[in-house]
Amino acid sequence: MRHRLDLRIGPVTFRIGSDWRAPLGELARLYALYPEPDAIADFTVRLEAERIWRRWIRPSVGIRGDYILPDASPLALRHGLLAAEMAMNLQLALGQRSFLLLHAATVERDGKALLMTGESGAGKSTLAALLGERGWRLMGDEFALVDLDTLALHPFPRAISLKNEAISLFADAPPERLGPLLENTPKGRIRHLRPGADAIARMDEPAPLAAILFPRFGRDFERAMRPVGAAEVFVRLTQASTNYIALGERGFETLTGLVAAAPAWGIDYSDTDTAVALVEEVSR
Amino acid sequence: MRDSHPLARLLADPASAERVRDWTSIFSMARAQSLLGSLAWRLEGQDLPDKAAVILAVARRDHDTARTQSLWEAEMARRALAPLGVPIVLLKGTAYAAAALDAGQGRSIGDLDILVPREALGEVQAALLAAGWEWVKEDEYDDLYYRRWMHELPPLIHKERDRMIDVHHTILPLTARLKPDAAALIEDSFILQSGLRILSPPDMVVHSAAHLFADGDMAGGLRNLWDIDRLVRQFSMEPDFWNRLRERARRHQLEAATSRALRLATHLYGTPVEARLAGPRPALDMFFERRLLARNGWGQATRPILRFAFYVRSHWLRMPPLMLARHLWTKWRRPKKPVSHV
Repeated sequence: MRHRLDLRIGPVTFRIGSDWRAPLGELARLYALYPEPDAIADFTVRLEAERIWRRWIRPSVGIRGDYILPDASPLALRHGLLAAEMAMNLQLALGQRSFLLLHAATVERDGKALLMTGESGAGKSTLAALLGERGWRLMGDEFALVDLDTLALHPFPRAISLKNEAISLFADAPPERLGPLLENTPKGRIRHLRPGADAIARMDEPAPLAAILFPRFGRDFERAMRPVGAAEVFVRLTQASTNYIALGERGFETLTGLVAAAPAWGIDYSDTDTAVALVEEVSR
Repeated sequence: MRDSHPLARLLADPASAERVRDWTSIFSMARAQSLLGSLAWRLEGQDLPDKAAVILAVARRDHDTARTQSLWEAEMARRALAPLGVPIVLLKGTAYAAAALDAGQGRSIGDLDILVPREALGEVQAALLAAGWEWVKEDEYDDLYYRRWMHELPPLIHKERDRMIDVHHTILPLTARLKPDAAALIEDSFILQSGLRILSPPDMVVHSAAHLFADGDMAGGLRNLWDIDRLVRQFSMEPDFWNRLRERARRHQLEAATSRALRLATHLYGTPVEARLAGPRPALDMFFERRLLARNGWGQATRPILRFAFYVRSHWLRMPPLMLARHLWTKWRRPKKPVSHV
C-alpha cells in the first residue's frame, strides 16, 4: 500500500496501510508518545478505495484488514480517522485469540481494576474517560483483554472515542490530546481523546479485577446501586465477548473464573458527578 | 511481497523460515487464504523470532478448538441422521480432521460438508429441519436454483449453534458437463468408528481436484492445493495408489482436473507425483499458477483481470451459456441487499 503506519496499543501491534496520507497523519498525531511498535505486527489493517477511482473521486475509505466484515460500509475520507479506529477494533473483535476479549471499559487504582460493561450508549466509554482524568488509570475505553491463565486484565488504551454530548465534557483537555472534530459520521459527532500520559506509560502493566460494573445512564434515572448475581453477570459477559465461543473450553473457564473473582454492581446515574461518586463507593 | 510465492515456499520448505524478513506480510497472506493454521503446524519446531512463534502458537491452539467444534458439529449431524440409516460421508476439512489425516493439521474448517445418496435427500432434509437446522436463504429463486441445478441443498444453519451444513448429493453441479459417479463415491467410502464415512483415498484427491479446477473461481485455491499436497504425500505411501487414482479420475471424468492438480502441487509445493498421471506442463498452467498466487503481502487480491477471467470460467464450467445468461439476468435485476455499519 502507498502509506504505512505501525502502532502498538498494549500487547497488540497493528500495521496500518492506507491509500491516502491524511488518515495516517491524523493517526500519527493522535498516537504520538505511544511506544515503539513490535517488528512483527499482530494484525494488518487496510484503508483502501473500494474502486480504484474512488481514491480521488468522492474518495471513500473501505474498512479492511486480516479480518473483514463483508457488509461493513465505507466511510468518507474526512472520517478516515474513524475508519482506522473501526478497522483496528474489527481486527481485535474477529481475530484476537490470545485473550478473552470483552467489550468493556477498564480503569485501575491502587492495583485494582474495575471492569465496566453495558449496552452501547450506557456511557461506559465516557465514564472511563472521566475517571481517567480524576485519579484513575485508564486501561481502555472499548476492549478489556482478559489473561487466559491469570485472569488479569491487560490494558488496551487506544484513543478514546468521545461521542456527541460527551465531547463537551473534555473541552478543556490540552489540544494536542484531541483529534479533529468529526461531524455527521454514521455514529454522530465524534472526537478522539488521547489517554493521559500515565495510561500510555503503563500500558504494559496488567491489573487484577476488583469489581464488575454495569453502568446505565439516563437523564431521569434515580441514583441507584444494586448487586448483580453471578449467573446474570456470566450471561451478560458472554454477550459482551466477541471471542468467547471461539475460545471454547478456555473461554468458559476464563469467564467463570472472572465472575467468581469479583463482585458485580449495577449502577444508575443521570449525571457524571453521581457516576464518579458511585464508582468511588463501589471501589471502597 | 507482490504475490503469495513466499508463503507457498515456506509451506513447502519450513527450513526456509530462517530467511523470512517480513513475517507480518506472511501472516496477512496466510490469513487471507485461510492458511495460518496449516502454516503454524508446518513451522512447529523451527527457530523463529519470538513474536512470530507466539502468533503461530496461538494459531495452533485456536485450530485445536475449531477442530473440536467442527467434529462436534459432525457428531450432531450424525445423531440427527442416524435413524435414517443412510450413509453419511464427510467431505473436505471435517473429513480430514475426523480421520486424523495430515491434511487436517491446522486446516481451517468452515461449514460442515456431507455427501448423501441423492435418493435420500428428501428425508435427510426433513431430519435436519426437525433437529433445529433452518434455511439460510429465503429467496425463492435461489432456492429453486439450488434444487434444480446444484449438487447440494441450499445451505442450512443450526439455529442454536449457528453453524452451517452443506448437504451434497454429488461433487459437481448437475449442470456441469462433467458427470462424476456419485454412487461410486459412496460405495467406495470408508466407515469410521463413529459411523460417519470418508471418501476412499483416491476419491478424496479427485474430489479435492474437482473442487479446485472443475468448479468455482479458484478463490482459496492455494489452501485447496495444499490439501492436495498433504493428501497425495500421505496416500502415495499406499501400494498401487497411482493406478487407483488414475482409474478413479477416469471414472469420475475428472482426469484433466486431477492431472492439473498434481502438476501445480508439484510445481508450487514440491509434491512427489507420478509423472505419467501428471502429464507434461502445458502453457495454460502458468495462468492457473498466477491465479493461485494472486494475493500480496497486505493480503490484498491482485491481478483483477486474471481473477475476472477465472470468475467467468467458473460460470462457464457450471452452466451452458444460455442458462448462465438467464441466471445472471435474474441476479442483476434483483435489488441489492442494504449494507450496514460495523
